[in-house]
Amino acid sequence: MPYAIEAEGFHKAYAATPVLDGVDLQVRPGAIFSLLGPNGAGKTTTVRLFCTLLRPDAGSARVAGLDVVADRHRVRRAISLTGQHAAVDELQTGEENLRMMGRLSGLGRAESRARARRLLADFDLTDAGRRRVGTYSGGMRRRLDLAAGLVGRPSVVFLDEPTVGLDPRSRQAMWDTVAGLAGEGVTVFLTTQYLEEADRLADRVAVLDGGRIVAEGTPAELKRRVADQRLELVLADADAYASAALVLDRRALAADPGRLVIDVASDGSAAHVRGLLDEVDPDRRAVRRFALRSATLDDVYFALTGHGADA
Amino acid sequence: MPDVALTMAGRCIRLSMRQLDALLTSLLLPVLLMLIFVYLFGGAIETGGDYVTYVVPGVILLCAGFGSATTAVTVSQDMSGGIVDRLRSMDVGGPSVLAGHVAASVVRNAASAVLVLGVALLIGFRPAAAPLEWLAVAGVLLAFVVAMSSLAAALGLLAGSPEAANGITFLILFLPYASSAFVPVDTMPTWLQGFAEHQPVTPVIETLRGLLLDTPTGEAWTALAWCAAILAVSLAASGALFRRRTA
Repeated sequence: MPYAIEAEGFHKAYAATPVLDGVDLQVRPGAIFSLLGPNGAGKTTTVRLFCTLLRPDAGSARVAGLDVVADRHRVRRAISLTGQHAAVDELQTGEENLRMMGRLSGLGRAESRARARRLLADFDLTDAGRRRVGTYSGGMRRRLDLAAGLVGRPSVVFLDEPTVGLDPRSRQAMWDTVAGLAGEGVTVFLTTQYLEEADRLADRVAVLDGGRIVAEGTPAELKRRVADQRLELVLADADAYASAALVLDRRALAADPGRLVIDVASDGSAAHVRGLLDEVDPDRRAVRRFALRSATLDDVYFALTGHGADA
Repeated sequence: MPDVALTMAGRCIRLSMRQLDALLTSLLLPVLLMLIFVYLFGGAIETGGDYVTYVVPGVILLCAGFGSATTAVTVSQDMSGGIVDRLRSMDVGGPSVLAGHVAASVVRNAASAVLVLGVALLIGFRPAAAPLEWLAVAGVLLAFVVAMSSLAAALGLLAGSPEAANGITFLILFLPYASSAFVPVDTMPTWLQGFAEHQPVTPVIETLRGLLLDTPTGEAWTALAWCAAILAVSLAASGALFRRRTA
């Protein structure tokens, strides 16, 4: 089966500073693929290269089976891009924005109107359709923006951080919509900084760091690599820290001598926690506190790259 | 491409109509300027005839320059928002985007020119133009507006932000003052006369004045040549700037 999106040795540099340094990835048709990474990792650059807005300095990529440089005009007819900045006009109504996208996608007047009405209904914007976008809430604007990207019935949809700045309810609604798209056979490529988002939506996740893919797999595989749950041990003093670090050795996922904290993988069960505490602290004096928490993007980053997500 | 450019033009016209403050400024400012020139300065300016008759072509041109210059701001707004990426990802190219802005500028300017002419007729402007000459006036104005709007579009691509674009447009606005628009060139200092006589606005003004007042012009071809040259340079610059801005 041909891939909906594939890249081989994608390179892009700005003023001799590499942003992407040899990116390889493949996405199957109908899948939701999430590119995970901190600010500055090269996520947006990757999306812009796939969307033909940038040309790679080296390497090649195909979207919907078409080369992003040689066949860029045909690629554009197969894709849509919803970027971080809203691409709808505040001074036009929701319906006018969608009808305009229809006309620009080559639909006729009547067809554009019908498509706009349909999308407004699908995105729960029918009542707001005749209002100017300037009056919309952040969540409504984002929904309209996504709808505008779907007017031309793209087979591959690129979403660059689609839920940044949304409240939890709007975020959930956006996730439902994205899941629905994939259900209709559309391939979705989304970038995010949130592990939770990738976890909820994506069939496969790639972690981008410093312009390279440092890990790729299903969310479960990825989290297994960095430990889904972790036990955070706070030691009583420097001596206790040193002996606990010695006992745990390579099982320590992260260690912070300054705060006297050591992280250990755990399945979260009482038996495991109890056993681990007994092993590290048989005299019941060394561990002052412990906390069980889920892996965060920071943990994924720390484990995969040796530095935090802010780095 | 023509269909796409028309859609883009429709969009820009709709957006212009809805920016109420900008719309009022571009419609009312020329009228106010005309009233200021006729009633405040006009008494002291000797042009060898009725000043309102002398100044109306200049005001129409000033307002065309002003209306065109706002194109820089609208283009810059599009370039700094997310819309340009979406349009390009839909295979809507730079020429269509810019053509839409220029077309909207033509419509805006047509409206303000009609308004200025209407008020001018009310305060005593008596043109002597025949229908064919009115047509020629419209043609010359169209050429000027298309040329200046394209120049403004290129400047809008050059500017880093809509605010910067707004600043740049003032440069365009100064040109009509250093021309024969408001005072005869031979009343200016000698060093300025050379510039005023050979800058693009003066032949356009003189052509409009000749057509409206039914006097020999002789500068029509110079005026059109200037417009064509400005348009050609602007289009070439826009193409290069659009590619650079979106690389």
